[in-house]
Amino acid sequence: MSADTGDAQAASGGPIVEITGLNKAFGMLEVLKGIDMRVERGEVVCIIGPSGSGKSTLLRCVNVLEEPNAGSVVVNGFELTDPDVDIDRARRSIGMVFQAFNLFGHLSVLDNLTVAQRKVLKRDAGEAERIARENLQKVGLAEKAGAMPEQLSGGQQQRVAIARALSMQPAVMLFDEPTSALDPELVGDVLGVMRQLADEGMTMLVVTHEMQFAREVADKVLFMDGGVIVESGPPAKVIADPAEDRTKTFLSRVLNPVHASETD
Amino acid sequence: MPMSPRKRAQAFRGVQYAILVLAVAAVAFFANWEQLGNAFFNLEAMSTQFPGVITTALVNTIIYTGLGFALGLAVGLVLALMKLSSVAPYRWIATVYIEFFRGVPALLVFIALGFGVPLAFQIQFDTYSTAAIALGLVGSAYIAETLRAGIQAVPKGQVEAARSLGMSQSRATFTVVIPQAFRIILPPLTNELILLTKDSSLIYLLGLLGTEYELAKFGREGMNATNSMSPILLAGLCYLLITVPLGYLSRYLERRAGRKRDEGLEVTA
Repeated sequence: MSADTGDAQAASGGPIVEITGLNKAFGMLEVLKGIDMRVERGEVVCIIGPSGSGKSTLLRCVNVLEEPNAGSVVVNGFELTDPDVDIDRARRSIGMVFQAFNLFGHLSVLDNLTVAQRKVLKRDAGEAERIARENLQKVGLAEKAGAMPEQLSGGQQQRVAIARALSMQPAVMLFDEPTSALDPELVGDVLGVMRQLADEGMTMLVVTHEMQFAREVADKVLFMDGGVIVESGPPAKVIADPAEDRTKTFLSRVLNPVHASETD
Repeated sequence: MPMSPRKRAQAFRGVQYAILVLAVAAVAFFANWEQLGNAFFNLEAMSTQFPGVITTALVNTIIYTGLGFALGLAVGLVLALMKLSSVAPYRWIATVYIEFFRGVPALLVFIALGFGVPLAFQIQFDTYSTAAIALGLVGSAYIAETLRAGIQAVPKGQVEAARSLGMSQSRATFTVVIPQAFRIILPPLTNELILLTKDSSLIYLLGLLGTEYELAKFGREGMNATNSMSPILLAGLCYLLITVPLGYLSRYLERRAGRKRDEGLEVTA
């Protein structure tokens, strides 16, 4: 059996992510209140919304870093909310990029990219290294293979983190505010890599505050507030011409921060 | 006119130097150097201790300590994982074990193991096993707490990243968390090794053969034989041969780990 492709074929045809009736609470605090959404193969979906709206929690439910309280999450043919499903196996095909990069601090850049290939996918060292170097090349950091993570800038670390996720050859990539922890001048490099991924047809689910990225790259934008999806549709609709008042208020604050803070 | 803060700091530094000079002078003047020299720095008495103090005593101290530390590390890791377990009884057992062995004097552990266990179970360990087990029991309690703190100091995001790459919880623990925890805890772990080195002297309680003497016992026997304190001083200096390099090793590892660690993991120990 080929570990590389076996699972990715499981659900070809249907949507790659399908979420129905998702509820998530932390103690008494209800963070997600009945989310329904789907992501088609090759689609780029951006989730926007104010902080505390539940968008990161929603993303973390897609690979079950947060355990949903109710509802179903199906990703790439795996019913993740089914207790019998092999969650480690399902996660192989779901790449995740974190706000804080989370590179393994004790491993070189190359080892960060090969460790899971070798230990999880059981690829041999040569194969894992070849794939790792390909992906480092793709994010423009081929020459950093031997560096330790803390020798890199935040933007470089995040690109390595993207390359690490890509090295597992996932069917879908999740991005949890990938540029929020970066200095402003480093944001562009990371967004550039993400844009390139989107152009290559990668299925992406992106929680972001980068409205320009959402507008230009997303096929679909979801606006979340208070644990529900308030509005969704193509960016030309949701961002350029929102129907809901909550979306309008949010967008006016994000797009004109100086003006908005004056009127607050 | 009141002194400026800088003048005051300068004057205070002068006072500190003066106290130091006075203390050194007082010791130099009042101590009976001749008697002290005869009792503790008798080179003739010291020379009778060689080569046994190195070939037997120092070597045995290192063996007892090394065995005890190895066992302590293995048991300590299990205890640390038990303390972090989601199964409550494991946490309770680990807590009771740690509180007990951290709290009772190492002396008691040696006596219990050397005399209590043989009485109860009719089994007699040899000296090396007893030393290893006793030091392992004592050491594991401290090491467990150090390891637990180290494991918890590794940011949660590291596990999340590992899990999201498809690693199981235990694979993430052993591949990602423990290697980074060890970096954090190397300095405190070295301290525990130094403490165990000194605790290894308690093995004398069990009655040792001449070939089993470690430094402290060897030094005391030397004291009796030469009627001088010098052998025990020599033995003491031999402890420094172990502990001082360990201290340097610890600082070296700390510097190296510090370089390789990302800022989020910085410890101020």
